[in-house]
Amino acid sequence: MNHFDVIIIGGGPAGMQAAIRLGNFNYKTLIIEKEKSIGGKLTQWDKLFPDFYSAEELLQNLTRQLNENVSILTEQEVKDIENTSENEWTVKTADGQYSSKALLIASGYDFFNAKRKEEFGYGIYPNVITSVELEAMIKNGKITTLDGRIPQKIAYLQCVGSRDEKVGNHYCSINCCICAVKQSIEVKELLPDVEQYCFYMDLRMAGQHYEELYRTSQEKYHVQFIRGRISEAASTFDNRIQIKAENTLLSTPLKLTVDLFVLMVGMEASETTRFISQKFNISNEYGFLQSKQRYCSDNETEIKGLFLAGTCKRPMTIPKSLKDGDAAANAIFDYLKNR
Amino acid sequence: MNNFHPFVLPFTIGTVVLFIILFALFVKWLLQMDKTQKTTALKNIISFKTLKAVWEAVRECLFHRNIFRTNPVLGYMHLSFAFGWFLLIVIGKIETTFYSGTFWDEFWLAIFFRFFEDTSVTFSGSELFTQLMDACLLFVLSGIVLAVIKRFYSKIYGMKKTTKHTIVDKIALTSLWCIFPLRLLAESATAGIKHNGGFLTQSLGNLLVGLPLEHITLPLWWMYSIALCLFFLFMPFTRYMHIFTEMLLVFLRKWGVTENNQKTGYTNIELNACSRCGICIDVCPLNTEAGINNVQSVYFIKNTRYGTLTKEIADNCLMCGRCVQACPVGIESTLIRQIMRKKECFNNKDYYQYIPDKEEKQISEEKEVIYFAGCMSHITVSIPEAMKHIFAAANVKYWYMDENETICCGRPLMQQGLDKQAETLRQKNTEKILSSSIRTLVTSCPICYKSFTEEYHLPIEVLHHTQYIDRLIRQGRIKVNRSDIKVTYHDPCELGRGCKIYEEPRHVLHAVAELMNVKMEKENSLCCGYNLANTQLELEDQMKIRNAAINNLTAPKPDTVITSCPMCKRALQHGINVNIKDIAEIVDENIAK
Ligand code: SF4
Ligand code: SF4
Ligand code: SF4
Repeated sequence: MNHFDVIIIGGGPAGMQAAIRLGNFNYKTLIIEKEKSIGGKLTQWDKLFPDFYSAEELLQNLTRQLNENVSILTEQEVKDIENTSENEWTVKTADGQYSSKALLIASGYDFFNAKRKEEFGYGIYPNVITSVELEAMIKNGKITTLDGRIPQKIAYLQCVGSRDEKVGNHYCSINCCICAVKQSIEVKELLPDVEQYCFYMDLRMAGQHYEELYRTSQEKYHVQFIRGRISEAASTFDNRIQIKAENTLLSTPLKLTVDLFVLMVGMEASETTRFISQKFNISNEYGFLQSKQRYCSDNETEIKGLFLAGTCKRPMTIPKSLKDGDAAANAIFDYLKNR
Repeated sequence: MNNFHPFVLPFTIGTVVLFIILFALFVKWLLQMDKTQKTTALKNIISFKTLKAVWEAVRECLFHRNIFRTNPVLGYMHLSFAFGWFLLIVIGKIETTFYSGTFWDEFWLAIFFRFFEDTSVTFSGSELFTQLMDACLLFVLSGIVLAVIKRFYSKIYGMKKTTKHTIVDKIALTSLWCIFPLRLLAESATAGIKHNGGFLTQSLGNLLVGLPLEHITLPLWWMYSIALCLFFLFMPFTRYMHIFTEMLLVFLRKWGVTENNQKTGYTNIELNACSRCGICIDVCPLNTEAGINNVQSVYFIKNTRYGTLTKEIADNCLMCGRCVQACPVGIESTLIRQIMRKKECFNNKDYYQYIPDKEEKQISEEKEVIYFAGCMSHITVSIPEAMKHIFAAANVKYWYMDENETICCGRPLMQQGLDKQAETLRQKNTEKILSSSIRTLVTSCPICYKSFTEEYHLPIEVLHHTQYIDRLIRQGRIKVNRSDIKVTYHDPCELGRGCKIYEEPRHVLHAVAELMNVKMEKENSLCCGYNLANTQLELEDQMKIRNAAINNLTAPKPDTVITSCPMCKRALQHGINVNIKDIAEIVDENIAK
């Protein structure tokens, strides 16, 4: 039986939350997920800011709430989508074809490919890593350099691939500032002797309890925040990373050698998101999907029966994505009822 | 005197004045050349080069071969004007020589011959001459028709933009366009009376017979003469000055004269040799990609010539050299631009602040090469990394000269017209280079390479890493495997058009991968848009230019795009996700263990 009321493309937080709601509304719902399991980027996270809530617990919580109306297909990449008739959507994957009355896109984001900022040496020097890789180490409870040493000094660099007109991303990714604060605290707890430096353009602590956490990271965990851009990174003979930067508050050049250099990578439209935004011609300038109207119909699109949720629209935090999934389910409910 | 009539006076005066002005200007410009330019020219005057120059002058100034190559219709237009007119003068002169039995007849006779011709005088070949002259006239007229069409519909010439005119230009242009139709009418009218026309003028003359020809003929000859006069008088102040200046330029260039780093008489000659054909507008990425169409060589040259150059125009150029490559006259407009950008900067200190005070220690060990990565390579770190591996694989001992303290080669400052600052950097680097006794310098950056080879005058061998790697492979010092990766190659402006290095990188790439061709390559390669030479360009426009280059390179669907310039690499890397590598990286990956 390949016909559903709603198909959701992407089983991340937004897609899952929408599925929970739609299932509760008694709609037959299908989630199509390209990875092995649902959860999206949540699966790569250990604890969430600002309260260190466990990502795994959240995921379990969400999974538990999915009822029998929701089917899940994993490891299925969307090959094509068609708006077959007025009220009918067809989604083709490598293995099959599925149809529905409404389609919800929750195809999310990808991390910025740090190799595109070659000056930071990612992919070239072993001890330059991304925030995602650092999170994996935190999750494992073991932070080492590639050659197995315990790092003495770690530097973080904010806004890698965000707010950078050279790579064409003018926007802020919202999550990374506070994420670096969170990670630096976790790292310090694992490695009490480590010295940490965080390079930023400006720190955006725009959520509840973010500012407090930022304060704690300085007062209690002694993370040093330096306003300045890093111009280049180079490897030393012993595989440490030498950073050249400018402290823009003091207007002085600065050189620093660290054991780990963490790039806080930003968010870009994922490949599926790009594919869909181009296919239906609802792309914004960065390849994210454009909703009908930001204020009152942020889950609808110009196309009937096509809905959006979560970070396929723009960078969002996890709570925001979840709420957006809820909102999308409500919008779909209204649509199906009045159809 | 039966070969005189007052209507020849405007023409005569115009011609005399024109040649006086031309002579004066040419003498002035030649004297304004600087010492080295003068000595170079004098040294080569009596040599085979002069003969070559004659040939080139004929080929370019009469036949316009280069324009023909780029744009056949435009070429034909220029050819019919220049060569047709030339033939009219030469054949006309031969005709009157036969007619009057002497070469030394009145010089205007050839121009107004049909009017003065005494039909009772017969001379050998007179019929043939008449027909020939008509044929030439028809040839020129066909060019005028094309020129008129071009003015109004430049698109049919495949040109997106045609050049804009000044008032003086317009007068000269109008009189030029009138000359030959007036000549046709005047000769036809005369033929109607005297029956001395050829296939064209006689046929038209016969058609005119019904009209009161006795009253029309003379005014037509007057108008013809006045049109000539106006054209000649205005010519030195218009684009048409290129007709004669181009010839002078051809000779000087053949004698080895080039632009120096300041404005000289030679610069003036180059400026005046521009025919404003507009070919440079169509090849300029600023125009084709970003829609900026008032800064290209033709406008830059015009503004410089008339003293109306603004900083915005001078600075808005990538120095990518596509226009120079395409210019049929071969004007080195990027060099002139560099000269015109020259500026004094008062705060010198800032330019060298980053240079360390303490001298590095002398290198004592025996080493084979100096490796200079260049500032740009320091932010595309995989390039020097790959070079290190290659040096190691080839067992080459090298001194990494700018590993810790990079001193810029100075070329970006040169391009901005900051000569003194650049000179200081050159001195510092030269001292460093000569402090070792190593005889080969390898650099990873085409900008540095051009600077080291052209601006440094080093007594040692300088190679770009494409050349060096090619040499290592040829000498068998590194062994590489040929992978089945498909690649396309981006010719960096500075390495390709700038230094004419096209073959070495291709040879290297053939050895390690499957090299695919792209539409615009070698001389025609597209600029990556990130060139440091342009300080005016908005980032958005820069990206449009870059994307055009990316599209060109990814069209054949390669696995990887290869370049050999850190700046190009960065530019392309910042674009949409393309896999982009430097040539050193792909070689490094394919070294046989
Ligand atoms: S959240 Fe912070 S680090 Fe991330 S893009 Fe915005 S300002 Fe930069
Ligand atoms: S600079 Fe060269 S290509 Fe451009 S208009 Fe002048 S002659 Fe033509
Ligand atoms: S050098 Fe390049 S950017 Fe400058 S005018 Fe010529 S074609 Fe245009």
